[in-house]
Amino acid sequence: MQSQKHLLAIEGMYPPEIGQLLDLAESYALLNRSGKTQRDLLRGRTLINLFFEDSTRTRTSFELAGKRLGADVINMSVSASSVNKGETLLDTATTLNAMQCDLLVVRHDQSGAPALLAQKVDASVINAGDGTHEHPTQALLDALTIRRRRGRLDGLIVAICGDVTHSRVARSNIYLLTTMGCSVRLIGPPTLIPAGIERLGIDVFHDMDKGLHGVDIVMMLRLQRERMTKGLVPSAREYFRFYGLDAARLAKARPDALVMHPGPMNRGVEIDSAVADDPARSLIREQVEMGVAVRMAVLDTLGRRQRRNV
Amino acid sequence: MSDLLIENVRLIDPAAGLDTHGALLVRHGKIADLGGNLGRPDGVETIDGGGAVLCPGLVDMRVALGEPGFEYRETIASAAQAAAAGGITTLAALPDSAPAIDDPALVYLLRSRGEATGSLTILPYAAITRGCRGEEMAELGLLREAGAVAFTDGKRAIASSQLMRRVLSYARAFGGRIVQHPEDPSLAEGGAATEGELATRLGLPGIPLIAEAILVARDIRLARLTGGALHVAHISTAETVELIRRAKEEGLDITCDTAPPYFDLNETALGDYRTYAKLSPPLRPEADRRAIAAALVDGTIDAIASDHQPRDADDKRLPFAQASAGGAGLATLLGVTLAQTHGGRLGLPAAIALLTCRPARLLGAGAGTLSRGAPADLCLFHPDRIWQVVAGKLPGKAQNTPFDGRALEGRVLGTWKAGKRVFA
Repeated sequence: MQSQKHLLAIEGMYPPEIGQLLDLAESYALLNRSGKTQRDLLRGRTLINLFFEDSTRTRTSFELAGKRLGADVINMSVSASSVNKGETLLDTATTLNAMQCDLLVVRHDQSGAPALLAQKVDASVINAGDGTHEHPTQALLDALTIRRRRGRLDGLIVAICGDVTHSRVARSNIYLLTTMGCSVRLIGPPTLIPAGIERLGIDVFHDMDKGLHGVDIVMMLRLQRERMTKGLVPSAREYFRFYGLDAARLAKARPDALVMHPGPMNRGVEIDSAVADDPARSLIREQVEMGVAVRMAVLDTLGRRQRRNV
Repeated sequence: MSDLLIENVRLIDPAAGLDTHGALLVRHGKIADLGGNLGRPDGVETIDGGGAVLCPGLVDMRVALGEPGFEYRETIASAAQAAAAGGITTLAALPDSAPAIDDPALVYLLRSRGEATGSLTILPYAAITRGCRGEEMAELGLLREAGAVAFTDGKRAIASSQLMRRVLSYARAFGGRIVQHPEDPSLAEGGAATEGELATRLGLPGIPLIAEAILVARDIRLARLTGGALHVAHISTAETVELIRRAKEEGLDITCDTAPPYFDLNETALGDYRTYAKLSPPLRPEADRRAIAAALVDGTIDAIASDHQPRDADDKRLPFAQASAGGAGLATLLGVTLAQTHGGRLGLPAAIALLTCRPARLLGAGAGTLSRGAPADLCLFHPDRIWQVVAGKLPGKAQNTPFDGRALEGRVLGTWKAGKRVFA
């Protein structure tokens, strides 16, 4: 996104761009902890959170990030089911242009929807999760969390476990982590590992115990109930038996391996509470904290670029 | 109707094995004579073809008209305009309109609507099942009697093996092939692209390549069982080519066509969620594109059809998975087909055969050849003249071309329907 106006995907970003964003986010993390805020960087700028899919966590994180930088933040929730989707998307673009929106954060249940919107709006578009495509800020915050704990990304072994097929978080993380020199493994049942993914430079495991061997970071993905009704996995208990993370299974990874989850968690389906809540092993709380810092870095970077291009 | 002499042309009529420099004489709307030396008959308008190719008007065996039911996408009048600009004088219209063409009266209606354009013969397909719903068999006998050229449920496959068996069997009594959209519906459900690395990267639900071969393999066996006549529409995978090649060697009555996107484009055309490249079946990997191009040369594929599926902007300006599948194809049918001849692999007469006499024969239509006494349906084109496909500037209403931006060599200069010039 070196020269780009939008942040739509991690795919295609270069290591220095990612590194710069992480460095900036790191400084915001320190600033946030110190209790000071930067109130003027985005003063007078309008940030709209446009969410076609519910997500309290991500929306709040962007809202907080925008406010800490002094932007005027507006939340728009559009229920995708209550409207004629296509018309709304482009009509919305027209409306947003009329409102002089500067930064537009979009969450949509369709892959490519933010890219479509980006063609039509004047604002810088930030993809906050589109269908099963990408969720770039999640991957950035995950990377920042790992880097702060481990001091580096290069050379680490990261296992991404669960429903990779339907996960935008997994895709963004695969691109980011492989770009930054991590070795990435995907662990999940064959029905939840998408075709052709091995060509993205990762290793696939269907046996979780084997896949976790020697791993530094265990990244769990959420399993939606609907995967069971659609026949991709037979039951929650079978899933947990083979792909759930509990203390015994975590013991297969490195002794100091850390656990991550993008949230919201399905306790007892993909992750056991004892692991999720263990402060020595779980980074889940810190992920949320880093989320705000990363989003501040993204908003700041895109905001500066806009000023330069005016 | 004035008489006409088109001279200084390369006459190509694959049905007659004709490829010669000469002229063609039209009298009373019919081909009166053609050949090397016709002289200059008196009182006849003369057109100098400038050495361009004169061939039979193209026969496009797979077109969705938009009418009845989807006039916002395309009307018969606008389709006729696009067809004339593409050198097409005869087309077979798919029956999955609204209402579906599942009643003899609708077959008559389409035929007469075609005649009313004055530039286009419409050969109606009739539905295999009532409403193209894939449940009860339509009145195939009555539909055939009314003039249906063949039977199909359009872009919907007959999913039930039992039903497919019965229609292949029953249709034998009346002639008329069963034309199948080759895609296993349960494997294809919800899919937006060919399953694989690209679909995974774009986060799009995939349809495995084998969804096509599975259905084709089943249908070949059912055709063998019933002795029925099967036509597989818009084939797009290497494995399908292999299956059909073997079925033909076995002597089964099985034919197939493909459409230009499947030998000219591969799945990378989907790029950044380009919905104009969303087709059904979806675009395939390069290896499959190459197999389809090769099957044009070796004769496994019997015809090239435009697979024209008009869509308007609102159908396409949507997130990719929600956008409607289908591409406009009438105006680009000839140009994209000619691209295969420029590489030197497909001969020009063979390419023209795939667009004229071969589909005409499949449909049992008399069109697609330059015989004396036949209506003068003609296409004059320059095989090397360059033009660029631009969505928004195509003739007709539908602009949803998957070839947007493609530079083509081969341009239609004139189209005649029964001796009347309908495109210049």
